[in-house]
Amino acid sequence: MHVYANPARFLKIARPLTAWLGWTGAALILVALAYGLFAAPPERLQGESVRILYVHVPAAWLGMAGWTGIAVASLMQLVWRHPLAAVAGRALAVPGAVFAAICLATGSLWGRPTWGTYWEWDGRMTSMLVMFFLYLGYIALAGAEKEKGAEGRLTAIFGLVGAANLPIIHYSVTWWNTLHQGQSLSIIRGRSTIDASMLWPLLGAALGFSLLFGAVVLMRMRAELARNKVEARLKRLAAA
Amino acid sequence: MNPWPFIVAAYALTALGTIGLTLWSWVPMRRAEAEAAKLSERP
Repeated sequence: MHVYANPARFLKIARPLTAWLGWTGAALILVALAYGLFAAPPERLQGESVRILYVHVPAAWLGMAGWTGIAVASLMQLVWRHPLAAVAGRALAVPGAVFAAICLATGSLWGRPTWGTYWEWDGRMTSMLVMFFLYLGYIALAGAEKEKGAEGRLTAIFGLVGAANLPIIHYSVTWWNTLHQGQSLSIIRGRSTIDASMLWPLLGAALGFSLLFGAVVLMRMRAELARNKVEARLKRLAAA
Repeated sequence: MNPWPFIVAAYALTALGTIGLTLWSWVPMRRAEAEAAKLSERP
């Protein structure tokens, strides 16, 4: 990973990759959601409401993936002092928070016609809400540390500690008797209880949103690197 | 209960959030990179 520690080398790859990820992701999302909305069949128990899951599930995955990325970046910053790790951690926070918020909102919209309630304080929903608040805390802390000109070590520690919530979210449906349904798809075990007619638009949307998420993270990293460059240049000009 | 208003609301909210997030990332990136390029052209 230290090969990409040089911002110039990183930018050489990030520039073409941003466009590729963004456009491929957008195209995949459009195709998968159009299929999910108009062509996929209604589910036996949920009926038409199942269509909300084509946006809710990718948002939930990305909300969790965002914090997984923050934890990895925090570890790389604290242990290996990778120069781009703090930039990557900060770039992941806002997209992660947005997708966690989308997950919570679309989950509520799915819950009302399916369960008869917008919200229930059960393990999965509460731990996801905690994750959304953790994102807000991380964003505030990262902003405060950057303003002070600090390295961002406290933010990195917060990123690592916050990762303790990830297994709680994942196993909440197993550990507690929750209203939220159990796991119906495991990519690691290659196991699915979802019919292929609903699985493919779900996987297509998840892949599309993931690619777009990657593009957004790269955009935010590029913006911060450019701002750092401007700041350094202005300092040099002022000193000259 | 008719689920379609909930489905439309969920898709609209996701579209708004995703497009908003993309623009919120793309516009500052373009602006920052243009500023950096302009500064590096200065002697």
